[in-house]
Amino acid sequence: MTSVLRLDGVDRSFGDRQVLKDVSFDVVAGRMTGFVGGNGAGKTTTMRIILGVLAADAGQVTWRGEPLSRDARRRFGYMPEERGLYPKMSVREQVTYLGQLHGLTADAARRATDGLLERVGLAERGNDLLETLSLGNQQRAQIAAALVHDPEVLVLDEPFSGLDPLAVDTVVGVLRERATAGAPVLFSSHQLDVVERLCDDLVIIADGSIRAAGSREQLRSAYTTPRFELVVETDAGWLRDHPGVSLVDLDGARAVFDLAAGTDEQPVLRAALERGPVRAFRPVTPSLAEIFREVAK
Amino acid sequence: MNVMQATRLVAAREIRVKLRDRTFLISTVVFLLIAAAATILPPLLSGGPSTVAVTEAAAGPLRAAGLEVLAVPDDAAAEQAVRDGDADAAVVAGPAVLAMDDAPDDVISALSTEPPVRLLNPDAVDPVVAFLVPFAFAFIFFITSQTFGVQIAQSIIEEKQTRIVEILVAAVPVRALLAGKMLAGTILALGQIALVAVVAVAGMTFGDNTTLLSLLGPAISWFVPFFLLGFVLIASMWAAAGALVNRLEDIGGVSMPVQLAVMLPFFAVIFLNDNVTAMRVLSYLPFSAPTAMPLRLFTGDAAGWELVVSLALLLVAAAGFLLAGARVYEGSLLRTNGRTSIRTAWRERETLG
Repeated sequence: MTSVLRLDGVDRSFGDRQVLKDVSFDVVAGRMTGFVGGNGAGKTTTMRIILGVLAADAGQVTWRGEPLSRDARRRFGYMPEERGLYPKMSVREQVTYLGQLHGLTADAARRATDGLLERVGLAERGNDLLETLSLGNQQRAQIAAALVHDPEVLVLDEPFSGLDPLAVDTVVGVLRERATAGAPVLFSSHQLDVVERLCDDLVIIADGSIRAAGSREQLRSAYTTPRFELVVETDAGWLRDHPGVSLVDLDGARAVFDLAAGTDEQPVLRAALERGPVRAFRPVTPSLAEIFREVAK
Repeated sequence: MNVMQATRLVAAREIRVKLRDRTFLISTVVFLLIAAAATILPPLLSGGPSTVAVTEAAAGPLRAAGLEVLAVPDDAAAEQAVRDGDADAAVVAGPAVLAMDDAPDDVISALSTEPPVRLLNPDAVDPVVAFLVPFAFAFIFFITSQTFGVQIAQSIIEEKQTRIVEILVAAVPVRALLAGKMLAGTILALGQIALVAVVAVAGMTFGDNTTLLSLLGPAISWFVPFFLLGFVLIASMWAAAGALVNRLEDIGGVSMPVQLAVMLPFFAVIFLNDNVTAMRVLSYLPFSAPTAMPLRLFTGDAAGWELVVSLALLLVAAAGFLLAGARVYEGSLLRTNGRTSIRTAWRERETLG
């Protein structure tokens, strides 16, 4: 059985405002799942419920088929959206402390801390007080704090916000390692290009409801009208009159068009070849941003 | 890992951080210096036996009384010795005692016969001491519960302000966080008092003040449980106050009621300490009991059952405040937008798994 973190019919209200409505999705082991939604869509509330920091009004969260207990959650790694560590403690000391709070022995916590600080490039700053580090380095310390106990499941709220490009690469590398090692990784981000580059699976939330969930490819094919780009030698204006074609963009010899449902693209290609050489003919895959705009409407 | 282990980890961190805090170390050293000075200096200043200038012929009884004798050839030289400051007093023909501005009691009693004195209440305490000792207890309770209570509040606010609280809450039960902080505060407070007590006792032994020491014994041993419960009572209020705000700058607004709950009983005990009825009432009210009851005990005014009843009342109050403080703490810990009202915190507690 694959290890799955599953949310099943989770509701949550704050006062009269219902912020999560019947939220259900899976985070599968070994895959990076991107969690996308606008501000106030419910991402942070969902993650807090997964970690047990907030209680769900209804529904449940299960891991490997079992409802989550505090002991199971202690083996989760969590990076909250609102960052923070102790400013007046050294990096090494507080990462070790957090390791112990997650159940490591003092020795194991120290060893794990040394390894991680090495991995995120903070080994030499380990004994400095957190407040003396640059913001980027504080973020690296935060990643180390989330990973020190070698978590079974990673839940990261906006892990890339505020990171410089080098740090993004480091963090991406570390997360990939964990996913490859078999941990489910759920991360939220509003930087859709980063999500597009990283995620295997995608969950889109808007206004407290899950609008779409699945692998990136599934979503791409499910949420787009078939769109193609055609480049010919001469003017491509004739496409306007071709049955089933609606032009999106026409620029002399280059055209982008959608096909009506049930229309095959091959006749269009043949028609183009009859008129002269075809320089390019390819499906246009929509960007995540386009899918998101489509789905979150 | 259970709640106990988590509590211990949290407490250990709090103590470790505090022991490196320069302000805390300096204030502890200052306390110790005050305790040492207060116990060692008075006997030293009262300065041993007087030096008496006297002719060798009259020196016998003064030597026998253990006074320091400065032998001089005649009465004029004796008077000059006092004027020059070489002697505290002089005994001249008559006999008469000469001194500059203060009659030397030890010299006078060496030269006179005193009637026998029979004390009917030999255990009664010197009235000056009877005031100073309870005042010292009240002061220690006041200062310590204030200092360490504020520190508990600050540590709670720091975790809210830096947002690390969300990571902590995801890892350990909220009540372990609170219990760890209370435990650390109590250990540090007791530790500081114990250090002060050790220095004070050493000072009294050094200054040969063992009578006072034997009188203080029972009062101190009763002061400890009253102090502990009283501290939990006050610290619970500080914890709740700290949890309601998000920034250290805002603590002033919520801490006023806590300050009053500490200060009013303190001044009531200080100003009403010779009003028997008022003290009896104060010794049962949980907020003033930690200072009022040891005072009544020290002045020999409280029966054994009164101590037990007062302590039981205090225990109930402390437990109640601890539970209420914990509920407010749980309800407001994750509300990081602005100040939380007590009512909201009370109602909106999360049921954490």
